[in-house]
Amino acid sequence: MNIETIIFLVFGITAVVSAVLMVTRKNPIISAIFLILNFFTVAVIYLLLKAQFIAIIQVLVYMGAIMVLFLFVIMLLNLKENKKPSEYSFKKITAILISILLALLLGTSVYFGFQGKQMNEVAEKIGTAESLGRTLFTTYSFHVLAAGMLLLAAIVGAVMLAKKKFE
Amino acid sequence: MLELNYFLVLSALLFSIGVVGVLVRRNAMIIFMCIELMLNAINISLVAFSSFLGNDSGQIFVFFVLTVAAAEAAVGLAIVISLFRNKESLDIDKINILKW
Repeated sequence: MNIETIIFLVFGITAVVSAVLMVTRKNPIISAIFLILNFFTVAVIYLLLKAQFIAIIQVLVYMGAIMVLFLFVIMLLNLKENKKPSEYSFKKITAILISILLALLLGTSVYFGFQGKQMNEVAEKIGTAESLGRTLFTTYSFHVLAAGMLLLAAIVGAVMLAKKKFE
Repeated sequence: MLELNYFLVLSALLFSIGVVGVLVRRNAMIIFMCIELMLNAINISLVAFSSFLGNDSGQIFVFFVLTVAAAEAAVGLAIVISLFRNKESLDIDKINILKW
């Protein structure tokens, strides 16, 4: 086992465990902190995939901006914890069984469908900010403008929704 | 050596955990966080395909997924705040105006 495989195993298992803990914790703040841990491990996985710029963007935007917004809203709302213990209803057990089935289906089909593929040699070149920026602002320039319009609409919509009443 | 299918299996596992969270949990904030987890799982497979096939379109697509996730977080949290202002609760069993 070389060093890359060990790093992948350690961070992959951490990602899955932190995701499970995020789903099962009662307190939303603890869930959010486990989600931040999960995002960090995913950033390390991106580094293993030689996508350095995406890894940095993941840390800056997901961990830095989106999760801070989530934590801010959770602390702002002052949620009361419901004391009643979680009951295991028919609906919940069915949902968990169907999800396990989905995981098995996706996992086996993807595991046996893409066996033996090795990392491409140009992978180190296309992950840099220079190469991604060149593609983003030439081939996909229209899409960047559309994404900008989407963000503008989201800002205006968020302000309108969070206002106390419409005037 | 690492192979493509390891990353895809990790992505599938994280996506399924996100699905469990959306279906089982009743707190609107946690459902929202599970949606972010599922978007992230999809990003792993996009980046994996991009690196292993040597084509950068997958990584460009991750940018747009990130943009949509940021916009969705802003609008969704605004909806959560206005829901909490009206209902004093984030339990989605109590938020049933549009259910019939």
